[in-house]
Amino acid sequence: MVQPLPRLKETPSQTAGPYVHIGLTPNYCEIGGVYPEDLGIRMVNEKTKGERITVKMRIFDGTGSVIKDAVIEIWQADADGLYNSPSEPRGKADPNFTGWGRQASDEEGVFTFETIKPGRVPFPDGRLQAPHISLWIVARGINLGLQTRMYFGDEEKANAEDPILTRLEHQNRVPTLIAPRSGNTYHFDIHLQGEKETVFFDV
Amino acid sequence: MRNIKPELGGFFQRDRSWHPPAFAPGYKSTVVRSPQRAPIAFSHTLSEITGPVFGHSMLGELDNDLTVNFARPGESAIGPRIIVYGKVLDENARPVPNVLVEFWQANAGGRYRHKKDGYLAPLDPNFGGCGRTVTDEDGNYWFRTVQPGAYPWPNGINDWRPAHIHFSIFGHGFVQRLITQMYFEGDPMIWRCPIVRTIPDKRAIETLIAKLDMESTVPMDARAYKFDIVLRGRRQTMFENKLEGN
Ligand SMILES: [Fe+2]
Repeated sequence: MVQPLPRLKETPSQTAGPYVHIGLTPNYCEIGGVYPEDLGIRMVNEKTKGERITVKMRIFDGTGSVIKDAVIEIWQADADGLYNSPSEPRGKADPNFTGWGRQASDEEGVFTFETIKPGRVPFPDGRLQAPHISLWIVARGINLGLQTRMYFGDEEKANAEDPILTRLEHQNRVPTLIAPRSGNTYHFDIHLQGEKETVFFDV
Repeated sequence: MRNIKPELGGFFQRDRSWHPPAFAPGYKSTVVRSPQRAPIAFSHTLSEITGPVFGHSMLGELDNDLTVNFARPGESAIGPRIIVYGKVLDENARPVPNVLVEFWQANAGGRYRHKKDGYLAPLDPNFGGCGRTVTDEDGNYWFRTVQPGAYPWPNGINDWRPAHIHFSIFGHGFVQRLITQMYFEGDPMIWRCPIVRTIPDKRAIETLIAKLDMESTVPMDARAYKFDIVLRGRRQTMFENKLEGN
């Protein structure tokens, strides 16, 4: 089938810079009164369906230092594996779950998301993907937002058959995408460089 | 609201040579923050094709007016008053409605309202520096602000940022997410800037330079600058046609 080529070029990216919080989380950086609250800080409410979880993330640079000036956005399906998006063709997602979160880190560099465990979402060939959260990371020194995914450490079976994880050429890098669970909290450490460099995606 | 057919296709592959590379040592912060291994591609799943979409109801009345959205009642920010406007399109040249556009900037003296910015230029008590809007049915957006100043930054011993406004743009799919910066026509600092120069192609840089538009200028009030934004476009494939027919 003939694929038409794009007619326009995408606008080129530029770094979010050191003051990204002014734009994306102004209340966090003490610019109060412009917006009632920072967008994306609440993903769930009392009525949200699914298992409540906390996800704590950190980002390490090539020297092993924790990055404290980044913003992480996450996007995930609801408990039934449906996305709260007009482009979701399979049905209506839980109206009490946004599926989208945005956070700055605390002073120790920890990004905390209060969310639910997502359901499984199909791959284009119909197989089910393991539950996962999509990430987008921006900061000073990052020229194009980094895309990756977080998978769940207690989903060994689903992870072992996930169409994307099983297809990674270097299987020893799969653990960089899997967050171990302790209690109701998952810990996901992202390494921008080095031996433990996280798998980033070109999607 | 117009009834828009849901968009179900995957996106065109991103042309990474058009974007700045992760490792661009002229901009020193990239050296320890750039992944060194090749990013891995896979065909888009619903996780990439879908994304959050925001409505106009989330907006406050002053969200798109930085001259007053942080100011004391009856006062406004200091600096050259401007309007920035444009269209958000996709790579298929189709307007993209309901796109959340967020922007942030330094004040007219080149100072950010941020505890880590210690530049000599003073803060403006009436300027916060952030705003947002949502594109209309034809992909149009606009906001009012003051023209930001150039500022020095620690990279080389005498590096200056050209006047610029930071933009964050959502599309309708999470992989359309984009952050960029807008520059001003005629600014001689643009071509000297190490951050601008992380972009390899001069033609790509030119798309970030907003043009003065006297036609849209509001007489005795504010000059207008036009900045169009292009997000990734969707492919049409057999697979998606089948889905739509269901
Ligand atoms: Fe800036």
